Amino acid sequence: MSFSKVLSAAVKGMDIEFVYVEADVSNGLPVFNMVGYLSSEVKEAGERVRTAVRNSGLDFPAKRVVINLSPATLKKRGASFDLPIALAVLAALGQIPAERLRGSLAIGELGLDGSVRKVPGILPIMMEASKENHVACCIVPKENAAEAALVENISVVGVESLEQAVLFLRGKIQLKEVCRKKKNSRVHIVQEPDFADICGQENVKRAAEIAVAGGHNLLLIGPPGSGKTMAAKCLPGILPPVSREESMEITKIYSVMGMLDENTPLITRRPFREVHHTATRAALTGGGLVPRPGEISLAHGGVLFLDELPEFRKSVLEVLRQPLESRMIQISRAHGKYSFPAGFMLVAAMNPCPCGRFPAPECVCTPAQIQGYLGKISQPFLDRIDLCAEASRVKYEDLSAKKRGEDSAEIRRRVCRARKIQQDRYKKTEIRVNAELGSRELKKFCELGSDEQKLMSQAFSILNLTARAYHRIIRTARTIADLDGAEQIRTEHLNEAIGYRVVDKRYWRQQ
Amino acid sequence: MEKREEQRTADRKYEYWFAGIKNLSSRKKYMLREHMKSARAVYYIEETKINKLPFLNDREKKILIESKQDKNIEDAYKKLEEKEIRFIPWFSPEYPERLLELPDFPYALYVKGSLPSPEGKKAAIVGARKCTPYGEKYALEFGCELARAGVEIISGLARGIDGMGQRGALTGRGKTFAVLGCGVDICYPREHIGLYMDILEQGGGIISELVPGTPPLAQNFPARNRIISGLADAVLVIEARERSGSLITADQALEQGRDVFALPGPVNSPLSAGCNLLIRQGAGLLLTPEMLLEEWNLSCPDAARKELKNKKKLESQEKLVYSRIGLYPKNVDQLAEETEMEVRELMAQLVSLELKGYIREISKNYYITIQ
Repeated sequence: MSFSKVLSAAVKGMDIEFVYVEADVSNGLPVFNMVGYLSSEVKEAGERVRTAVRNSGLDFPAKRVVINLSPATLKKRGASFDLPIALAVLAALGQIPAERLRGSLAIGELGLDGSVRKVPGILPIMMEASKENHVACCIVPKENAAEAALVENISVVGVESLEQAVLFLRGKIQLKEVCRKKKNSRVHIVQEPDFADICGQENVKRAAEIAVAGGHNLLLIGPPGSGKTMAAKCLPGILPPVSREESMEITKIYSVMGMLDENTPLITRRPFREVHHTATRAALTGGGLVPRPGEISLAHGGVLFLDELPEFRKSVLEVLRQPLESRMIQISRAHGKYSFPAGFMLVAAMNPCPCGRFPAPECVCTPAQIQGYLGKISQPFLDRIDLCAEASRVKYEDLSAKKRGEDSAEIRRRVCRARKIQQDRYKKTEIRVNAELGSRELKKFCELGSDEQKLMSQAFSILNLTARAYHRIIRTARTIADLDGAEQIRTEHLNEAIGYRVVDKRYWRQQ
Repeated sequence: MEKREEQRTADRKYEYWFAGIKNLSSRKKYMLREHMKSARAVYYIEETKINKLPFLNDREKKILIESKQDKNIEDAYKKLEEKEIRFIPWFSPEYPERLLELPDFPYALYVKGSLPSPEGKKAAIVGARKCTPYGEKYALEFGCELARAGVEIISGLARGIDGMGQRGALTGRGKTFAVLGCGVDICYPREHIGLYMDILEQGGGIISELVPGTPPLAQNFPARNRIISGLADAVLVIEARERSGSLITADQALEQGRDVFALPGPVNSPLSAGCNLLIRQGAGLLLTPEMLLEEWNLSCPDAARKELKNKKKLESQEKLVYSRIGLYPKNVDQLAEETEMEVRELMAQLVSLELKGYIREISKNYYITIQ
């Protein structure tokens, strides 16, 4: 037997392409030839494989070896083909029974000593492999085994070294299939900020509760040191629990980025991503020659927090507009189109003016300065924010007060109840939360009574609302009504929603 | 007779050139013209004679010689006429007499629109550019009520109190005059272009002692303040910090023998500190426009002053919230504490009050009353 073939896979954006690693061994000059549109890190695999095979106590005869990675049109990157290449060569040399390799998928990086190291993107590969009938067994690095085992109905074998893999394939040793824990037995206790630790700030707390309950984007405005950042950091504590489906979605992204924990790979907490204002467009949306997910994808299912919003480069903020609408980001390259999930809740914080004290008389900014500062955020961007609340300066009495405020668990209970109501209401649609309601759905799900209509028409003319602002208010009011457990939106709900509206820039500072 | 008229117009271009010489003080110009009898004579004076002038120093002589190089004085004057700017030198009969009383009266005024009438009372409304809603409200109110009684309002078109006072005067269908620290063909600040146009439309005027085209430079502003107080019978200081341009204006007004009135404010407001200080130093206490009108023996127009809105329409909760909101902005957290209401409930009440026109949101979740 001088030819063999091993199945492996490559990650392309969030998608998976299966790759066949073919090896042919023949007599001739002892060379190690690799073909198949390979990047340099894959070409280097030759040296790693040869050394690793020898250091594993196996024989590597001086023969002509040709490796092909097919399909040849797909550019292959990364070190994850080391293990399949080694196995294919060994099978071609007759050191492993070829039939054992049929129906197996192998992936992993090799060290020179023959150890098998972890690679990113295991979870999406396993998910894809489980859909294929002919894949019976997956040989993955031990460190990735727990992650691979998250996928049901596929058998996973974690190997520590090449030697182990060979012995397993020869049938010399039995490797236990990684046991699947039904649930994460160890509950992660993460000490995170709790709303009970925030003194006063009832306004922000209420706005946060509404925002999370309806999945609305939130803008916090307040002077420096008023606890905007602190409030934002408390948000994960009141986010509703993730469903299994969502959890897998999130874990998949982190898997591609190689950011998973070895022992407890499944992400069961909603992510909270804080981005510094020096971030580039690519860092936010994802990118690179072969695009990788960016911060907005890492925040999928959770919160993306942008502190000091006006300090962000305008072009960086503008790229957020499209993913905010479509909940995913598409990156086009000459060689293909990549799409990453980006269903995040945007939370932004900013000062009301450059010095941060407006409208207090101590403010030293001129109207032109304030306008310039606010002008850094475009109207279309503001249009995508449903709620806006003011964070006031913390007072000494609040700091020294003994009584703690309501804790996050309590708020979270109310949020969950409101989310449940929304789930039931949108059962037959694709909508998950109120924030996703379009103008047509608003008509269907948010009918207003006559009193409410009167109020809105009054508000429309007095407050100079735009059509967009009108929709945002109704959406928010729907969430407030859900928090209240009310079937119908009532005037008090509308009133509160109007109070949290995002003020159009031209009315920001009325003269 | 006709010939003399022609002669006069011809002379004006020389006068305009002379008045426009930069870096030469009004006083020196005055002395020079008195000495030479006319600007035309100054223009054609020989260099040797200039050097013999006793009251000019070397620098001033040099300036004069240099400016005589200007051959386009005819064009410059024509441009002025095209822009509909009037040139009023001190010896012109139109020149406001009360300005001549000043020791450093402007050599000439450039005017768009009209000048304040010689008779009739004039009040200057001055104050901080960065004012509070409290100052805004009273500047508007004083401007409006005084204008309704026929008082002409003089101010500086600046942001804040100045602009508000003039806007108030326009609301009261009165005349108001803006004295600028730049050329009258420049609207500074730019956002007051609407006010600028409205002032002219309602028969008021834009006045400056600076040649048209002069940009708004900081050093020009203190000098224009003396014209504001000089043109007025009384100076009303609405809001001023302890060390501010408004207080300088008040001091100048006192030197010029004008009355100074100050609007009292809360003791803890930095923007009222200057006013309170003025009152302590003996300035008139400004409480209502009526008090000022009475002092001037002017009848106040029947108080069509807006009655406080009928509070009966408010519900008890709204009343409670409304009672806590004043002219200094308060935010939701402050109000929640004062009314001991829950934020969600309070927010609904606030919006309801806003929609009924009792309060206004001036920054996110900051509210003030409208009366």
